[in-house]
Amino acid sequence: MQMRAPAAEPRSPAPYDLPDATGHFGPYGGTFVAETLQAALAELRAAYDACRKDPAFQAELAYELEHYVGRPSPVYHAKRLSEELGGAQIYLKREDLNHTGAHKVNNTMGQALVARRMGKPRVIAETGAGQHGVATATVAARYGMECVVYMGTEDVARQAQNVYRMKLLGATVVPVSSGSRTLKDALNEAMRDWVTNVASTFYIIGTVAGPHPYPMMVRDFNAIVGKECLAQMPALAGRQPDYVLACVGGGSNAMGIFHPYIPHGDVKLVGVEAGGLGIGTGKHAATLSAGSPGVLHGNRTYLMQDADGQILETHSISAGLDYPGVGPEHAWLKDSGRATYVSVTDEEALAAFHALCRTEGIIPALESSHAVAHAMRLAPTLARDRIVLVNLSGRGDKDMHTVAKASGLEF
Amino acid sequence: MSRIAATFDRLRAARRAALVPFVTAGDPSPDLIPEMLRSLAANGADVIELGVPFSDPMADGPAIQRASERALRAGTGLARVLDAVRAWRREDDRTPIVLMGYANPVEHMGAAAFAARARDAGVDGVLVVDYPPEESADWVRTLGESGIDPIFLLSPTSSEARIDLVSRMAKGYIYYVSLKGVTGAAHIDTADVERMLGRIRSRTQVPVGVGFGIREPETARAIARFADAVVIGSRLVEEIERSTPAEAAARAGAALAAFRAGVDAAARDRAAA
Ligand SMILES: Cc1ncc(COP(=O)(O)O)c(C=O)c1O
Repeated sequence: MQMRAPAAEPRSPAPYDLPDATGHFGPYGGTFVAETLQAALAELRAAYDACRKDPAFQAELAYELEHYVGRPSPVYHAKRLSEELGGAQIYLKREDLNHTGAHKVNNTMGQALVARRMGKPRVIAETGAGQHGVATATVAARYGMECVVYMGTEDVARQAQNVYRMKLLGATVVPVSSGSRTLKDALNEAMRDWVTNVASTFYIIGTVAGPHPYPMMVRDFNAIVGKECLAQMPALAGRQPDYVLACVGGGSNAMGIFHPYIPHGDVKLVGVEAGGLGIGTGKHAATLSAGSPGVLHGNRTYLMQDADGQILETHSISAGLDYPGVGPEHAWLKDSGRATYVSVTDEEALAAFHALCRTEGIIPALESSHAVAHAMRLAPTLARDRIVLVNLSGRGDKDMHTVAKASGLEF
Repeated sequence: MSRIAATFDRLRAARRAALVPFVTAGDPSPDLIPEMLRSLAANGADVIELGVPFSDPMADGPAIQRASERALRAGTGLARVLDAVRAWRREDDRTPIVLMGYANPVEHMGAAAFAARARDAGVDGVLVVDYPPEESADWVRTLGESGIDPIFLLSPTSSEARIDLVSRMAKGYIYYVSLKGVTGAAHIDTADVERMLGRIRSRTQVPVGVGFGIREPETARAIARFADAVVIGSRLVEEIERSTPAEAAARAGAALAAFRAGVDAAARDRAAA
C-alpha cells in the first residue's frame, strides 16, 4: 500500500450546511412571522423538502432551465476591459443572457414548480424594479397560473415599462401606497395577501430574505449559477477564480454564485452594496456596510434603521438594490468573515456601466454595474495572472431611462 | 400575582369576559397617550392593549397601518410610549396594560433593557406579533425576570402541537386571532370561533381572548358568552381616525362604551343560561 503525503492532496473543501433545521444561520434567519403564517410556512417547508429530494422534480427543473431559461449561461473573459485596467483578468458570468434578462428567473421557475406540486393556482410576488415581478409573471404565464404583483407606487412611477411588461404577461399589478411606497412596503402587502388567501396562494419571494425556508430555497434555486461556474472556470481559465464578486440587494444573485464556493476557502467572496450618494450622506442601501442587526420581514439580519428601530428609506440609482434589509445568510457570512462586503456609489456604478458598454459591447443592469465597478477598482491592484469572476446578474435594457436621465438626456 | 392574572381571576369569579380595547399609541399624538388610556379605562376597559407603532406593520390591515403612520409622523417611538405609560400609571394602578407591537423596536432597545424599562413604567404584558414561540425562549425568560407576562397568538390554522407550545410559554392570556388575514379584515364566524376556543381550552388553563374582526357590539356580546376576553381594535382606531385630535380620546371612549354594553349583556346571558 502506498502512503501519500497529505500535503500533496488538494485542500479539501470545508463542509458548510447552514441553515440549521429551524432556518438559522448562526444568530440570523429564523421564522419571525405572526402565528397566522406559521401553518403556511410549515406546509411550504414540507413541500420544498419533498421537492428537493425528488429526482423527478429536479429533472423537470433542469429541463425548464435548459429549454425555457436558456441555461447554462456562459462565462465570458472580458479581455478588453481587463487589458484596459492592466491588472487581474475579469470574467463575467452572463446571467444577463437568461430569458427575462436576469438571474431572477432561476428562482421564479423553481418556486413556480413547487407551487404546482402544492396545487396552488395563484401566485403573488413583491417587486421593486419590476425584474422579479416580470420573472414571476413570466413563469405564471408559462404555467397558466393567476398572478398578482405588489409594487410600491413610487416604483410603479419609476418603472413604468416593467409594469407594462407584467401586464402584457397577464399579471395584475397592485400599487402599494403605504409606508415608504417602495419594495419593503410591497413585501408587507404581499405577506398580508398571503395570510388572507393562504389556501389558494403561493408567495414567490424574490430574494434570499423572508422567513425560513425562503432564504434557503431562493439560494438553492440560484445556486445553479455558482455550480456552473465551478465547472466552467477550470475549463475556460484553467482554475477557479481568486475572487467572486456580486452585487447585493436582498442578496439572491450573490448567494447563488457564492454558495457553491463557500467550502473553497481560497476563493475570496465579495458582496457589493449600493453606496448611493455615499455612505456618509445617509442616502444609500449599504445594509451590511452601515446597518445593524434587527428583525424584519420574517428573519433576523442587518437592517437600515433609526435610533428607535424604525426601518429607514434607502436610496440607490438601481431600484433592485434599494432595500433596507439583506438576506440572513449574508449577515452570517459577514460576521463569520467568510465573505466581505463593500459599497459602490451611484456615480461609480454609472461609470462602470459605460465602461462595460464601451469595452465589451455588453449593457449591464445598473445593479450588476455595482459589481463591475468594484472589479474595476480591484483588478488594477492585482497581478495579471489573478482571476476575478463577476456575476453579471442582469442586462441593462430596463435602465435606459435612468442612465439617459443621469447623463442629462431624455427620450 | 400580576395585574392581568388578578383581573382574569376576578372576572372569572363573576362569570364575565374582559373587555380589551386596542389603540395605537401616539395616534393622534404621543402627548395624548395618558388621556386616551384614561378615557378607555373610564369607559369600561378591563385590560388595555397599546400598540407600539412600527414602520412595517406586516400583520395589520389598512386602519392600523394608517394609525401607525400617523403616530410615527407625530414623533411616537417605543421610549416615548414607555414614558407615557409611566406617567399614566401614577393615576391608575389597577388597569392592566399590554404593549403590542413588532420585534424590531424591542430588538433595537435590547430585550433586557426593554423589559426593565417596561416594568418600571408599569407595563403588565407584552405581545410581539413577530416573535413566535419557537423563537422566544430567551424572550420569555427575560420578560419573566421583570415580572411581565408574555402574550402569544393562536390562529385558526394553529396545530395542536402549536397550541401546546403556546400554552407552555404564555402567561396572562392567549390571544386567539379569529380569522385568517390581517387586523380589521372582515366579520367573524362566531360558531367557528366557539369551536376553536373549545379546542384551545381543552389544552390550556391560560385565559383565551378573541380579537381581529369584532366590529359590532352584538358580535362582542356573542363572543363574550364563551371567551375570556374580547379585543376591539380596528373599530376604535377608525373612530380615532375620524376624530379631531382634541376629541379623539372621548370618541374612542364613547365607541368602547357601546362594546361595554355588549359584553355586559353577555354576562347577563351567561347568568340566565
Ligand atoms: C439584475 C439584478 N441584479 C440584482 C438584483 C438585486 O437582487 P439580489 O440582491 O436578490 O440579487 C436585482 C433585483 O431586482 C436585479 O434585477
